[in-house]
Parts: sequence; C-alpha cells; structure tokens
Amino acid sequence: MKTRKVPGRPLPDVTLEASPHPVVVLDEAGRVRSSNTAATLVFPALETGAPLADGVPAWLAEAHARGEGTAHGAVGDRTFRASRSAPAPGGAAWWFTDTTEQSAAEEALRRERGRTAFLVEASNQLLSSLNARRCMDTTAQLAAGHLADAAVVLGPSGRRRIHVTRAVRGGPATRELLAVDPAEVPGLADALAGFPAVPSRWIDASTVPGWLVPDGFGPVGSLMITSLPGNGAPPGALVLLRREGAGPFSEGEEGFARVFAARAGAAICAAQLYAEQSAVADLLTEDLLPPVLERIDGIELAGGYRPSRDDHRIGGDFYDLYPAGVPGGETMVVLGDVCGKGLEAAVLTGRIRTTLQALRLVEPDHERLLELLNGALLSSRHTRYATLVLASVRRTGEVLRLRLTSGGHPAPLIVRADGGVETADTSGSLIGALPEVQATTYSTELRPGETCLLFSDGITEARGGPFGRDMFGEERLSEALSHCAGMPAEAVVEHVRMLASDWLGTGRHDDMALLAITAPRRPRPGPAGGQGHGRSTA
Amino acid sequence: MTDTSVSRSAPWSDRLWSSVLDGDERAAVDSVLDALDAGLEPQSVLLDVIAATQRRVGEEWAADRLTVAQEHAATAINERAVAALSAHPACRPGPGSRGRITVACVDGEWHALPARLLAEVLRLDGWRVDFLGAQVPSAHLVTHLHRTGPDAVALSGSLPTRLPTAHAAVIACQSASVPVLAGGAAFGTDGRYAKRLRADAWAPDARAAVNLLAAALPKPGPAHQAVDALPHLSDHEYTMIASARSKLVQDTMAGMADRFPPMREYTELQRRHTAEDIAHIVDHLACALYVDDDRLFTDFLAWTAGILTSRRVPAHSLVLALETIGLQLHDFPRACGFVRTARESVARTVSSPSS
Repeated sequence: MKTRKVPGRPLPDVTLEASPHPVVVLDEAGRVRSSNTAATLVFPALETGAPLADGVPAWLAEAHARGEGTAHGAVGDRTFRASRSAPAPGGAAWWFTDTTEQSAAEEALRRERGRTAFLVEASNQLLSSLNARRCMDTTAQLAAGHLADAAVVLGPSGRRRIHVTRAVRGGPATRELLAVDPAEVPGLADALAGFPAVPSRWIDASTVPGWLVPDGFGPVGSLMITSLPGNGAPPGALVLLRREGAGPFSEGEEGFARVFAARAGAAICAAQLYAEQSAVADLLTEDLLPPVLERIDGIELAGGYRPSRDDHRIGGDFYDLYPAGVPGGETMVVLGDVCGKGLEAAVLTGRIRTTLQALRLVEPDHERLLELLNGALLSSRHTRYATLVLASVRRTGEVLRLRLTSGGHPAPLIVRADGGVETADTSGSLIGALPEVQATTYSTELRPGETCLLFSDGITEARGGPFGRDMFGEERLSEALSHCAGMPAEAVVEHVRMLASDWLGTGRHDDMALLAITAPRRPRPGPAGGQGHGRSTA
Repeated sequence: MTDTSVSRSAPWSDRLWSSVLDGDERAAVDSVLDALDAGLEPQSVLLDVIAATQRRVGEEWAADRLTVAQEHAATAINERAVAALSAHPACRPGPGSRGRITVACVDGEWHALPARLLAEVLRLDGWRVDFLGAQVPSAHLVTHLHRTGPDAVALSGSLPTRLPTAHAAVIACQSASVPVLAGGAAFGTDGRYAKRLRADAWAPDARAAVNLLAAALPKPGPAHQAVDALPHLSDHEYTMIASARSKLVQDTMAGMADRFPPMREYTELQRRHTAEDIAHIVDHLACALYVDDDRLFTDFLAWTAGILTSRRVPAHSLVLALETIGLQLHDFPRACGFVRTARESVARTVSSPSS
C-alpha cells in the first residue's frame, strides 16, 4: 500500500477524537493547532493558537522546547507519559498515556523488592549467630539502618533491671543493663509482655524518657513499639525512633516492622534457648571431661584425650586422678575404655570414675578394688563392660614406686632412662561382664626421666599410614617411646598423640586416651648465686 | 621486631636456648623470669626470647641436630616457661578494654606454641582472650563463638597441608559473623593463602597481629562456600587426588621400584620412610591444587630437598618420585603442570654444584 504525503494539511480532528489517549497537535511555532476532548479534560487551560506552555505543566513545555521525544510527569494527582510524533514537517503532536496506576504498581514493586532484600539481609545476619547478645546488636543495627533513624532492643528483663541495646543509623550497637521502669514508655510494658503495642500515632514522642534514647540523638519526632516474640523464651521489645520532622510511622511501615520483629525475635529466642541448653550440657559434661593433669607431689602426670567424634568432648575412653590425701601418700590414676562410643559410653565412664573414687578410700589393694568395681557394675542397670588399668604411685626420694594392674586392658609401656621400652607384666579380666574377675599386679620403680605410659587401644588400633589401611600398632608405639627417655610427661604425650594423629590422617578413629606418669628429671645444680624463682608473689 | 629489642634480648634467648637444650625446666623458667626482672618488656620476653628460641628449635630439627622427640621436649619446656611468665605480676593483663578474642589452632595442628604466645601478647594488650589450643575441631570452635560472641578469631596454622581444614574453619567463623585473622607459616610468608581463603586479615607475626586488631576488623560478608572463594575446585582435581591418596602412594612405590631396581632391595624401614615421603608429596600436591598455587608445592619440595641433603640422603630420589607421580596424573592437567614445574625446580637444585 502506498502512503501519500500531504504537506501542510491539518489532520482531520475526527482522527484525534478516535484516539483514547489525549493528543495535542502543535504548529511549527509551537502553538496549539488542535487537540482532542481527552486532552482538554486533562489540560483544561489548552487554547488553540496559544503557546503550548500556557496550557500544560512545565515539565512538558520544557521537554518540547528541548526537542525531546518523550517526557514523564505529574498532572494534578495523576502521572502521564508523553510521546512526540511529527505528523507534518516542523509541526509536532504529543500523545499522552495515563501511567498513574502503573507508576503506583512500579513504586509498590520497588518498595517490596527493597523490603525483601532487607529481610534477606536481616535473615542472613540474624541466622549467622546463635549468640543472643550478638542477635540483639544485629537487630538494633538492622532496624536503625532500614526502618528508622535509631532503634532500641529491650530485654530480656531481670527482676528489676532490663537489658537495653541501642543503635543509631550507621553506628555500632551499645548495650546497658538499666534499672528502669518500662511502663514509663506508653505501650512498652504491653509489648514486653508479648501483647500488641499501641499504634505509633497514639504515642506522644515528647513523653519518651531519656534512658530510651541513644546519646546525642536529639529530640524524638515519632516512635513505634513492637513486641519481639519469645516463642518459648521471654519476649523482648523493639522501639523504632525517628527524628523530629521525619513524620510518623505509616500503617504499612508498622506492619513491615512487625514482620522484621517476628524474625528478629525468633533468632534471639533460638540463641537464648541454645545458650540455656549448652549451659545445661556443659554442667552435665563437666564431671565426664578428663581432669587436667599436672605435677602432683613430685609426680609428673600428663594426659591426652580425643573422642571418636570430633564434635563431642567426651566418649568411652577415660582417665582420672585420685591424689594422695597427704604428702608422700599414694596417688592413684586410672585409664580405661568402656565398651561402646559416644555419650552413652561416656555416662558409664562417669559412673566408674565416681565408684573408684569412693572404693579406693576403703580398699588399697588393686585386685580387690577391681572385684568391688566389677560387683558394682554388674549390679547396675548398664549392660556395658569396661577395661581399665589402675596405677598407684608413691614417691620415695627421686624414685616413683609404681603398682600397675590391668583389668582386660592393654598393658602399660615403660620407657627406661636408657631408651629401653618394657611392657608391664600385668593382665586381668575385663570388668562388668563376668561375676568373677582375676588380675595380677605388676610392681616397678621409675627413676628420674623414666615414664610409664597408659593408653587405650584407640592409639594402637588407629588405621592409616601412607597406605591408609595399616594399624599404628604397639611396635610403632614402642619405637616412638624409645625416643622419649628423659622427656617431660607432656612432651611424651604430645609426641605420641602427634604420631598417632599423623598416622590417622583424616581417617575415622576410635576414642583415644593416653596418660603418662613420669619421674621428674634430676634438676641440674643451679648457676652460682642463682636463687631460683619460687618467689613470685604479691 | 626492632633491632634494639633483638640485641637487648639476645643474651636471654641464648640462655633460654641452652636450658631448653639441656631439658632443664627450672633453668628455663629462671632465665625468662630473670629477663623480666632485668627490665625486658613482657612482650619482648615472649616474642624475642621464647619465640626466638622456639624458632631455633625448628631450625635445629631441620638441620638434623634435634630429633622430633627432642623437639617435643624442648617445646614442652618452652610452654612451661610461658606459663611461669604469665603467672608473674609484671605480666598482669592490660586494662581489658579491647574486647574479647578467641585464639585457636587449625584442627590437626600440633604447633600450639605460636598461638599460645599470641594469646599471651594479646592478653598483655588488654584483650580478654579465650585460648582454645591445638587440635580444635571446627565444631568446637563454632560452638565457642556462639557462646562467647567474640569480636574476632585469631587462627594459627603452620602446616600448609591443613589449608583445606583452615578454609573450613574460616568459613565457619565467618558464617557466625566473626571475622578471622589468619597467621602462621601455613598461610604463606606474604599471607597469600590467607587472602585466597578469604580470611578477613592476615598478620606476619604477633606484633603485627596486635596492631591489626587494635583497629576493629570489619564484619565478614555473607556466608559462602569453599568453591565461591576457589572456583577452580569445580575441576575436582583436588577432591579426586585427596581421596585417591593411598592408591597413589602405593602405585608410585611400585612404579619407582620398576624404574629404580635397587629400591626392591630396600629394608622394611627404608620402604616405610619412602612411602611416608611420597605420602607427604601427595598431600602437598593436593593442597597446592586446593589453593591453586604451584609455589606451595615447589616450596615444599625445595624444603624437603634441603632436609634430605642435611640428612645425607640423595635428593635425586625426589626427581624420580615426581616423575613417577606425574605419570599417573595424565587426566589432571592442573596437577600435571604443578608436578612438571616442581620436578624441573628440584632437578635444577639437585644438579647445581653449590648444593
């Protein structure tokens, strides 16, 4: 189809009337040549023959003057997009599309995207910590950064005092424990009790007590309060503050702040529950952890422990120390292995340790002690059994007199001053399985620099090495010990632990326990005039 | 370390060194306490006397003048010297205004003394320090972070083969929003591996760590996974070589015996040592692939060549081992490249007349 150009001819108005969009046609001089009814409804001041600028808002007149092809702006309470076309040389026509609804939708979308991004960011930050204090800091900082000019997190409250965490936009969170009455802030007591707070517009910002407001914030223009849900833990509250002139919180903003507060509350509560649970777990685990060993009454002791699961601190191997009540008395140590692994086995180690602690006070003889322990284990509801080694040590001068008795456990190794390694000649039946137990006790002496090593089979049966499948074995253990003559007890333990761990690499392993009893090396004569350093007091 | 602090501390570190060498704990404790009484700053006693002595222990071991067992004995005595020092009134902690910090070693790390010294130095600087020691599984470290909410973690590592484990720890700490300061020989002399693992900061020594921490570390970014920091991991060369370690060692042993018949006459002990050496080479190759840096591998081999030479073992065996390993890796282009570079570098060192 051919289109014939008709220069200078005005378009018939009937065409313009047919358009659902407002249209304004201009001549070469920028005067209104014609317009349709839709246009005159939007621009009542339009006059044919008058300059465009007289009848339309400035944004359109300026866009026309600059020769732009499109423009966008408000007319009254609506917004329009204007597009220019050139129906005749020199002339122009502006076509208008009402974008009010679209703009509103776009604005709503932009706001929603902003909120979603903020909630994602908030979740990232809140989820990363299980520390309640840190969660409260994060809550205050996030709220101050995105929802208000400053934010205050309240709770948890004690009997008369309450934790108050404040943050100003862009600043760090600060925390105080204050003896204040939350009822001074209208609605705060309700929010702290988990009830809905009064709407922002009902609160007179001038009545806010000074303790709520961060230092240097200035007068408060408006505030809103929302509960931080506790979900089982005591709830808290979030207060958002705006400076003067910023205007009150809209309903939409209040609703969004509550969405944020629900997430923050859940995070804080999870952290509080976690703290409580782990405090309980710690308390219960305390007595099951191996004791710290050090020099006691001239006997060097050192221990090493590694549970089979790296995320546990306890397992089925154990050792314990029962110091002599008096200097020169006999100190007893035990190292053993309860059948099984993990927490259940650990619980039984605790029972054995407690039982031994009491029994040794009435029965110094090892074999008899094992019989009593066997009886105690058999009569308990546990069906597990254990193997263990008892060692009683008494210092006489610089020599340690040692009695060793194995109850079904690998016999201890003894490294002599010359590097020779001996296996203690003791054996016996395991404990807690049969009605009768038998055991033989081996007595020996440790001279200065000599060490007796008690160990669990987790060490000797550790599988690994360069080919990944060989056992560490007693031979390698003896070889390692032969280099340990004259070494302090900790160094012997560290040395063996490192060799066994390196042997294992990243492989799976059983519980591993080690305990070294060492007769301290003879101190060398001090330098002339050296007075030694036992004197650091005050 | 300033020149004056070195020259002032030198006599004390010499004295500590000879006490440690004698295995004389009491003399060792006396020498550090005397240094303190003589007016040496506590920080200087820790870093210029004790740390310097510990460095010397490592050097002497490398030069084959100390056994591993002696090294452990010396370290135990140095540990006791640190304990005695920290109980001394002159070493009372600072006013405690700095905040709280956790000091830990990478899991599987045995060299706890550098971390211990850093913990003491930070304590002196006014930090509230939780020292978790060596052998800290990541699960324990993270539990500790949640419970105490520290301002930072100082993570110490000396073995490059633990870098993948260190990376897991860095990610775990950062996921708990706690920034990580990395330090120790494992992270490279210029800290390049700390950077590659996206640690939040790296310090070449304890003094630098104290200075860096004095200005708060920025909060770490959002949680990420290992492959985000190290996109080359998606070629799976690291994962496959690390999991095939035992087979690779075995096949290399067999391959070397084919190419070098005298190896068939090796004693059991010699075979064991050779297998352990090859396992070390494979471990370091895997870690070099993990951080994608052939220098980690080349540096390790140069160091090993030095160790072998000081023990009068011909370093030519390394070239043979590398060639044999290389033959088995033709499906792994990155690994092949690393092995080739390392082999050429070792061959140059071994053949150069100065060595």
